[in-house]
Amino acid sequence: MAETTVAKVKPSEPLLSKRRKALINDPLNSNNPITVQVLGICSALAVTTKMEPTLVMAIAVTVVVAMSNFIISLIRNLIPTRIRIIVQLAVIATLVAVVDQVLKAYFYDVSKLLSVFVGLIITNCIVMGRLEAYAMGNKPYDSVLDGLGNGLGYAWIILTVAFFRELFGSGAVFGFKVFEAIGISETGWTGAAFPTNGLMTSPVGAFLILGIIIWVQRHFNKYTEH
Amino acid sequence: MTYNSKLITNKKMELVNLGIKSIFIENMVFAYFLGMCSFLAVSKKVSTAMGLGAAVIFVLTITVPLSWVLQEYVLKEGALVWLSPDFAEVNLEFLQFITFIATIAATVQLVEMLVEKISPTLYGSLGIFLPLIAVNCAILGSCLFMVQRDYTFAESVVFGFSSGIGWWLAIIALAAIRERLKYSNVPAPLRGLGITMILTGLMGIAFMSFMGITL
Repeated sequence: MAETTVAKVKPSEPLLSKRRKALINDPLNSNNPITVQVLGICSALAVTTKMEPTLVMAIAVTVVVAMSNFIISLIRNLIPTRIRIIVQLAVIATLVAVVDQVLKAYFYDVSKLLSVFVGLIITNCIVMGRLEAYAMGNKPYDSVLDGLGNGLGYAWIILTVAFFRELFGSGAVFGFKVFEAIGISETGWTGAAFPTNGLMTSPVGAFLILGIIIWVQRHFNKYTEH
Repeated sequence: MTYNSKLITNKKMELVNLGIKSIFIENMVFAYFLGMCSFLAVSKKVSTAMGLGAAVIFVLTITVPLSWVLQEYVLKEGALVWLSPDFAEVNLEFLQFITFIATIAATVQLVEMLVEKISPTLYGSLGIFLPLIAVNCAILGSCLFMVQRDYTFAESVVFGFSSGIGWWLAIIALAAIRERLKYSNVPAPLRGLGITMILTGLMGIAFMSFMGITL
């Protein structure tokens, strides 16, 4: 990559140079892990029925991506290429086990709700993908930034999906009944409560919303797949 | 029929039911979104989708029962009693993720070596997809579901095999649709991933019709 050579020429690069800012900004939009790189779709869809578990999942994934990027980048020159996948998996699995134990200790309800999907961060392709594509060939600090950027890019997409799914699925945001609050309820002016929308709470809603988000985003970015 | 033989046939029926349930009703892709990455990435052609699907079935059938053995005799609370009664209090469940993923990675490696020895042509066509299976969340997900649902050994074999079949079915169906899609006029920004997502959603609706079936 051209980026690495730039880093070598200027060793005293500022902490947040233009290039490093791009490391965080690019994955948010033009190189988004979900909508452009097509990574980490599974959990993006599975946990997004409600805002709260989605937020926890987003934080967990961001932490794991940033940390594993950092660790792998530190030991990148010591890893034999043939067994790198298993080394990467071992690092990721350890970090995920830590996250899982923390969730079980402090956020037991959410961790019950997320069930197997915390464990599935291990096989979340964003983590593996970033390790392979970035951390294996770049310095630790840059890798952390790259991890953070991709984690945040993942976070805002799944939070958007969760927002629409919870709003139109169960008429709430973070458990706060929005439609009741603005008067659409049995006692309000319409005289009918907001019914639970099965299409949005079921997996299908997630696919459709994500498809539409991709459509809108690619329309504005003028990005077309062939 | 004696009471005993009735009980056995009931058990067999239960296994068949579990198999049908994990193929259609609780399909890995449409009900739990597992294995989506490779599902979306490798579904452009039916022939490659076939190969990957077959490899997934194979790996799932091996790893789920293997994880069951590990869970039952190593990881579970008090599972190490067979070594010595002193270990009755030991609970190694926090090592679950790393053990399972190591098992999966090792199995995939083994499968890769076996396929290379036995059938070089199949190895050539599967090539890159085999190592990818290690990070296919359908595999780890099935292992974790198996633990969560307290399956017996026989159930875990059936569950592993039939979730594999379900995944295989899903990826072939999507690949076939996408091959047809090449000839249709999709709006430019929706091409590729976007339309595939919406397609998967529509297929999910089709699979929802199985939900009414109670087994």
